Amino acid sequence: MKNHQYVTRSTAIAARALGDETMVMSATNSTLFTLDEVASVIWAAADGVTPLEEIVVNKICAQYDIAPGTALQDAQTLVEQLAGHGILLLSDQPLVPSSVSRKEAR
Amino acid sequence: MAADFPAQEDDLPSVTAATQARSVVVEIGNLPIRLRCGSPDFIRQIHERYAGYVSSSDKAKFEFEIELAPHGTLSGDEDARVTWDSGRWLMERGDFRAEWNPSTDKGHIHQTRSPYSLDSVLRIVHTLLLARDGGFLLHASSAIRNGRAFLFSGVSGAGKTTMVRLAPPDAALLTDEISYVVRQDGRYSAVGTPFFGELARVGENLRAPIEVLYLLAKGPENKIEPIDGADAVRGLLGNILFFARDPEFVKMVFDAALDFAARVPVRRLTFVPNSFVWELIV
Repeated sequence: MKNHQYVTRSTAIAARALGDETMVMSATNSTLFTLDEVASVIWAAADGVTPLEEIVVNKICAQYDIAPGTALQDAQTLVEQLAGHGILLLSDQPLVPSSVSRKEAR
Repeated sequence: MAADFPAQEDDLPSVTAATQARSVVVEIGNLPIRLRCGSPDFIRQIHERYAGYVSSSDKAKFEFEIELAPHGTLSGDEDARVTWDSGRWLMERGDFRAEWNPSTDKGHIHQTRSPYSLDSVLRIVHTLLLARDGGFLLHASSAIRNGRAFLFSGVSGAGKTTMVRLAPPDAALLTDEISYVVRQDGRYSAVGTPFFGELARVGENLRAPIEVLYLLAKGPENKIEPIDGADAVRGLLGNILFFARDPEFVKMVFDAALDFAARVPVRRLTFVPNSFVWELIV
């Protein structure tokens, strides 16, 4: 049986969509990433409960002229890179968002 | 209350003056910080270093006690580290260790006798204070002309100091190195700072709404090009002073940069280093 891959955005980031791009800043080391149009679609859909394969089929292949196998391979490479930078979390189980921690006055 | 600083400690005529001699209020961007130190000589150095920014008022919202380290006990040229720990900001570099408690607005600085160590601590503290209200410090020179502030940003060597050196006589220098950006009522203003670079000149203690942020590039001709969206934010974030590697702080600065880029025109200024470039700055 094939395992699903689930993705969710790290809470230690700041992000904002600007046009077709998404700017993401790592809150741990302030590194800035710019996601292109397709990567932004995956980023926006990374809710932790939708399998990556489903995101690719429903959000990427439905919108762009790309073969599902190629799209999934590209998407896996992307999410692994983003996970390597700590701004995206990967799991073979659905990822439940953690509760928001109490903020201290700074 | 006397505003003038006595030349010698022995000349102090009263207890009030003696107290003043051991503290000074430095006010940058409407944020008065009282600096206390047991050494009247160091207080005198602060008066000289921050001329134009020493407040005549005795009131200060923020306070730091400065402890001077004996010669040779602190040194180094490493990068500053700023961390949030147990309700305090900790700031450390080879030549200083400091902490600041935002809930009491009080802090402590252990540093060398160099006013430049204090200068670095003040820059860090102001980045922390500004971030709370959507402001920031930017690697940029800035000047006021016709009541409007123009910012010229870029990395070292991009031409920040050159731009203000070339400024016409009617332009007021705010800084040649670190621009002080405040947000108030949804609008951004630039404020003069005593933080200088190659020009070695303290900026005028003035404030004006920001008209344009120029990202500098040297080239064969003078030209201005608009920069939109993500490119503007990238250019801005690349020049904002980030000391604190702290998630909450980073998010605040990120949001501030996005808001600024949405409200203030950001343009690319390619220029030949001569005074004609200022004909474009209108």
